[in-house]
Amino acid sequence: MKRFIGFIKKEFYHIFRDRRSLFILFGMPIAQILLFGFAITNEINNVDIAILDHSKDATTEEIINKISASKYFSVNQFIEKESDIETIFKKGKVKAVLNFEKDFSKNLIKDHNATLQIITDATDPNTANTISNFVNAILTQYQKELNKDITIEYQIVPRTRMVYNPELKSVYMFVPGVMTIILMLVSAMMTSISITREKELGTMEILLVSPLKPLQVIIGKVFPYIFLSIINALVIIVLSIFIFKMPVQGSLVLLGLESILFIISALALGILISTISATQQTAMMISLMGLMLPVILLSGFIFPISSMPIPLQVISNIIPAKWFIIIIKGIMLKGVGLQYVWKETLILFGMTVFFIGLSVKKYKIRLE
Amino acid sequence: MNNERVIQVEGLTKMFGDFTAVNAITFEVNKGEIFGFLSANGAGKTTAMKMLVGISNPTSGKANVAGFDVFTNAEEIKKNIGYMSQKFALYDDLTVKENITFFGGIYGLSRKRIKEKSAILIQELGLEKVANKLVGALPLGWKQKLSFSVSLLHDPKIVFLDEPTGGVDPITRRQFWEMIYKAAHQGTTVFVTTHYMDEAEYCDRVSIMVNGKIEALDTPKKLKEQFKADNMNDVFLKLARG
Amino acid sequence: MSINVVNISKSYKNVKALESISFDVKEGELFGLIGPDGAGKTTLFRVLTTLLIANEGTATVAGFDVISDYKKIRNSVGYMPGKFSLYQDLTVEENLDFFATIFGTTIEENYDLIKDIYIQIKPFKDRRAGKLSGGMKQKLALCCALIHKPKVLFLDEPTTGVDPVSRKEFWEMLKRLQQKDITILVSTPYMDEAALCDRIALIQDGKILEIDTPEAIVKHYPKPIYNVRANNMYQLINALNAYEHNHSVYPFGEFVHYTDNRADFNPKDLKTYLELKKLSNIEIEKTVATIEDTFMELAK
Repeated sequence: MKRFIGFIKKEFYHIFRDRRSLFILFGMPIAQILLFGFAITNEINNVDIAILDHSKDATTEEIINKISASKYFSVNQFIEKESDIETIFKKGKVKAVLNFEKDFSKNLIKDHNATLQIITDATDPNTANTISNFVNAILTQYQKELNKDITIEYQIVPRTRMVYNPELKSVYMFVPGVMTIILMLVSAMMTSISITREKELGTMEILLVSPLKPLQVIIGKVFPYIFLSIINALVIIVLSIFIFKMPVQGSLVLLGLESILFIISALALGILISTISATQQTAMMISLMGLMLPVILLSGFIFPISSMPIPLQVISNIIPAKWFIIIIKGIMLKGVGLQYVWKETLILFGMTVFFIGLSVKKYKIRLE
Repeated sequence: MNNERVIQVEGLTKMFGDFTAVNAITFEVNKGEIFGFLSANGAGKTTAMKMLVGISNPTSGKANVAGFDVFTNAEEIKKNIGYMSQKFALYDDLTVKENITFFGGIYGLSRKRIKEKSAILIQELGLEKVANKLVGALPLGWKQKLSFSVSLLHDPKIVFLDEPTGGVDPITRRQFWEMIYKAAHQGTTVFVTTHYMDEAEYCDRVSIMVNGKIEALDTPKKLKEQFKADNMNDVFLKLARG
Repeated sequence: MSINVVNISKSYKNVKALESISFDVKEGELFGLIGPDGAGKTTLFRVLTTLLIANEGTATVAGFDVISDYKKIRNSVGYMPGKFSLYQDLTVEENLDFFATIFGTTIEENYDLIKDIYIQIKPFKDRRAGKLSGGMKQKLALCCALIHKPKVLFLDEPTTGVDPVSRKEFWEMLKRLQQKDITILVSTPYMDEAALCDRIALIQDGKILEIDTPEAIVKHYPKPIYNVRANNMYQLINALNAYEHNHSVYPFGEFVHYTDNRADFNPKDLKTYLELKKLSNIEIEKTVATIEDTFMELAK
């Protein structure tokens, strides 16, 4: 028994004297709870909505004000014609469009009913549903007030339309997200292990004392993985199309090119991680813990970014996955071309160049 | 040195798949003897040692260590022997005292006994000033000497030393061997492997394995006569090169 | 001057790894850095191969400064760090091919340089490096370091952990390489290998104890050394340690190397003392100092 206790005592010594263990034991859970707590939310906050008001009368104004005033919605876009609806969705600026029919007030008074179309972007089916429900609730409330002292009720008839994903298939939401995560994790982990492995084995010393330049080593390490990851991406896309019946409304070529860009950014991120890690274990841990969790939570693939507290929204901007998800959802589900995603593409490109540049800078040409 | 046999090995063999690492070795070691166990390359001697200390199962053959059979009583063997290897001796992130206390506890010593032995050990090795420092901060030579002493904490019958002086400076190496002599003098049998051929001369008897078989076993003096060599290094070279 | 080191010092946190190291290595010389673990050999090698920057001092290799001209040094030296760093999952031939390629040459171009060594591992050329024995890994690593015909060869403890037979063969190979005009700087903890070098530097705890040819170093040993033998080594050592006039008592194989404090030491006095201590078969004979004796005397 005494031997056993002696052994346990030693184990405690090891744990408390190892900074890394302490970090995993205490630091990470706290970080995770905070992250999870704030990021995971099914509520909606300040969702951007556009209004297409064919009547522009007192009633529509009141309804619009009520919707504006609610904390769930943010009315900041006004469009003038039906054809603008598709454009504004493609641009990704709003999650829903409220389409008021012509002569809204008149119809209400004369026929006791008027129609309001709620068009939601269902590439994120959960959010789409929630938006639709909340709008309905506000309408019902307004209707109640209208009908307070009236015998024949006024009816505001909401017609819901889910675009891009009329059957509200959650797979449309998951597949782009999962593809992003897999590509990012595999690419980043693979390259991060690659350089640290050389350090651990000692062959890095020999590479340094040779004519090879740092940039040659870094690009050389990334190169094979580009091809392997492309194959990965192809497999995922093929599986999504044929097994999950994902549509690819837009250009497959564009999808392929953007995927390659994202892969390179993930590989570069992996290289960056390996330049700051001394061992393969550290590199893998940073790749998994440092990348996986933020990517899942903050890329917007499950939980809408707009619903998160502002600091998290800001942080989500530096996650390459966020921009890539916007791009592939746009291409696959909305059929957008480069003209709609050029901004995100440019951001992704800039990040890639930045990561590679930083890696080259941090690549140690000496052993300390 | 009396003639009680503390290690008896007969036809001991270890195979890994098709490869025979240890090929039917046979030998005996007497109480209080310093027995040198050498081999032409690494594989054979480490494997053989692992079988003798009870952490690896032989493929065939017989072996008795400290009176216990390696096949059936490996656990009893472990209680009666000490072990020290060059690669792992002590925990670097524990202090000198903590290491002694820990290993003392593992060997089943009472707290009082640990305290007594700890004080003696620290004083004998001159470690008073660093008793509460992490072992990782000590110079290699001190670590090795401390590690050897720790392996003797429970007064084992036999102590197995696997290349205990690798990399250490010549003065410390000799101090280490003086400690080995003392232990042997007090009746502990020492089974040691080494790469330093001059250390082979310090042993009472030496066995040399080539390709898993014992090709020579005798006192250093007789081996030098047998192979017409000036020193153990030459004996080794003549034997290994065939 | 192939390698020139002036007052190099290097510290890690609080530990002084190297302290004011100065020495030269001539072109084509086989120079040995002799010392135990922790002496600073690897640190010194890393400074000279431009992997570390010293805190003080300057050094040049083949005429290039280790800090300002590091790229030129990296393009031209051969380096074999400890642990025979090879790619374990590449075959013998693939490893050699890789190192040849990154130095802009081919295996064929400098084959005559490595032929004697490579012949011994050629039968295994398709075996993965990880599956080679210690001795063979060592030979392969040497070939990889030589394949681009470097002017200077740095070998950091190439024989550590390898069996004595391979060690001997390795040094024979080094001697043959010397004839091809390559400057070789080798480090080793084995004192017996020191005798095979042209000149050696004895190093301990970051300081150089002495630099000279092996013969000269041994000649400098200040006192006469006696080989002492008796019927029981342990009791002999204890007796000698207890002798009030001893200067050093070091076991050396079957003898003890004994030196005395007195200038007029008479071995007969020692014999009498030992007989009093109940020892028999006593032999006391003058002997020559070895490098190890010198090392220990200087390190005291």
